[in-house]
Amino acid sequence: MRVFFEQLVNGVTVGSFYALVALGYSMVYGVMKLINFAHGDLFTLGSYLGYTFLVWGAAWITERAGLWWGVLGAILFAFLANAGAGILVERVAYRPVYRAGRLPLVVSALGMSIFLQNAIMAVWGPRFQVYPSDLVPVASLRFLGLSLPLLKVVILFLSLGVMFVMYWIVEKTEFGAAVRATALDREMATLLGIDVQRVILFVFTLGPALGGMAGVMNGMYYRSIQFSMGWNYGLKAFTATILGGIGNIPGAMVGGVLLGVIETLLAGYIPGGGAWKDGFTFLILILVLIFRPTGILGEKVAEKV
Amino acid sequence: MGVLLEVEDIRVSYGAVEALRGVTLRLKEKEIVAVLGANGAGKTTLLRAISGLLPLVQGKVLFCGRDIRSFAPFELLRQGLAHVPEGRRIFPTLTVEENLLLGLYGVRHLVSDAERKKRKEWIFELFPVLRERRRQLAGTLSGGEQQMLAIGRGLISRPKVVLMDEPSLGLAPRVVQEIFRVIRQIHEEEGVSLLLVEQNARKALSVANYAYILENGRVALEGKPQDLVHDERVRSAYLGGSGIRQRLL
Repeated sequence: MRVFFEQLVNGVTVGSFYALVALGYSMVYGVMKLINFAHGDLFTLGSYLGYTFLVWGAAWITERAGLWWGVLGAILFAFLANAGAGILVERVAYRPVYRAGRLPLVVSALGMSIFLQNAIMAVWGPRFQVYPSDLVPVASLRFLGLSLPLLKVVILFLSLGVMFVMYWIVEKTEFGAAVRATALDREMATLLGIDVQRVILFVFTLGPALGGMAGVMNGMYYRSIQFSMGWNYGLKAFTATILGGIGNIPGAMVGGVLLGVIETLLAGYIPGGGAWKDGFTFLILILVLIFRPTGILGEKVAEKV
Repeated sequence: MGVLLEVEDIRVSYGAVEALRGVTLRLKEKEIVAVLGANGAGKTTLLRAISGLLPLVQGKVLFCGRDIRSFAPFELLRQGLAHVPEGRRIFPTLTVEENLLLGLYGVRHLVSDAERKKRKEWIFELFPVLRERRRQLAGTLSGGEQQMLAIGRGLISRPKVVLMDEPSLGLAPRVVQEIFRVIRQIHEEEGVSLLLVEQNARKALSVANYAYILENGRVALEGKPQDLVHDERVRSAYLGGSGIRQRLL
């Protein structure tokens, strides 16, 4: 029982990274009908930016304000810096080819992915980098006789909080309605006075920002990061997106958390399952695509004529 | 009466195909102008060109005296030009109310909360069925209700000019009646000017102050409805022909 509970917490924590990254995929796909291949590498970028922040800046903050402010600072820094990177990527790689159609856009995204991966390698080097252990809190919470690492709890609540805010923006605000309208029918949105270019910029800014945040959390959780890890994470978050229903914000959250839990539990309970972890992920992807291609929450409303 | 919309000798092409080959028309304040014509005559193209969705090869469109190309397409609603396009184009996974309020998006900085409520009430009075269904997803509405929603969404910003594309297409006669009742009502009570594209020529001519007939991307004929309905060419081509059918009508 204890093992199960611990695995569950691990699964939900890992799942919340997936969910944050999946959210970015889903929003960009919803509005642009583009699988943003560069998204996984923006996640990596965030992870490295958070790392650098911790190594260079956090000592200063940690000395003055305590360990947790360094952690939150790194997450915030990666969020903001990645938002900037997202704007830059949109400007350089996507905007010039919007008019050329969807295929050039996908190719450009792939190119951006390769570029980012190599740029990260050039800046931070090809080896694993390790988040400094003295800057990552190790305190634990006692709960019903179980010990819960506080870091996991913070990560979990932070990501759930951010996702809730995202959900609120998209589902409950006027701008959110404009985003959903743009996703459904861009031309009609224009006729209603919605500046589609601004909506596009919004998803390309916020998506990478959330991904960057997840990158730092991931770095603190697993400690070691590498320049090529975005590819794998990108694929998993993409699986989570499909699992939940692409273009659907609650779907991305549900899909992400569910994928994290399934993956962790299977790896924990099947002997030698850890080695098959990634295999499970793609098995799930295949099963979803066969039996419910619209995902868990992706229901289509029948359009009457 | 001031002229709101002036279309001056515009040409529009889809690749090598010329869809509009020099069309000129004007719409004055408090006027309903009907644009009639067969499929492929260029009616929808005309409206899309006015809204800035298609580039003009030649000519210009003036809205309240200003060149329409000095605005980005999304800015036109704020200037007072609304477009209710062919096929309704409601957002199926948004609620009826969300769809309706998006009609105010372009003017959101100009409209107070109290005014928003008033506008919504006004549309619900024009189309009471939308009030009943306001929390439903728009995709679950019937075709007629969707058309009402599309029109309501176009009117809620109180535009000076509404471009309306085939509002009666594919709808039951009873619904067509209701939609034309509302068109008449907003014209008489609110003084909305309308550029109305229709295949149902008889209906359109019954509400219009002036009409243009497009053929192959050109204005073939124009005039007041009472003159056009007696024109033999119009009768045979657009009003159901002569002979037995004519007597039945």
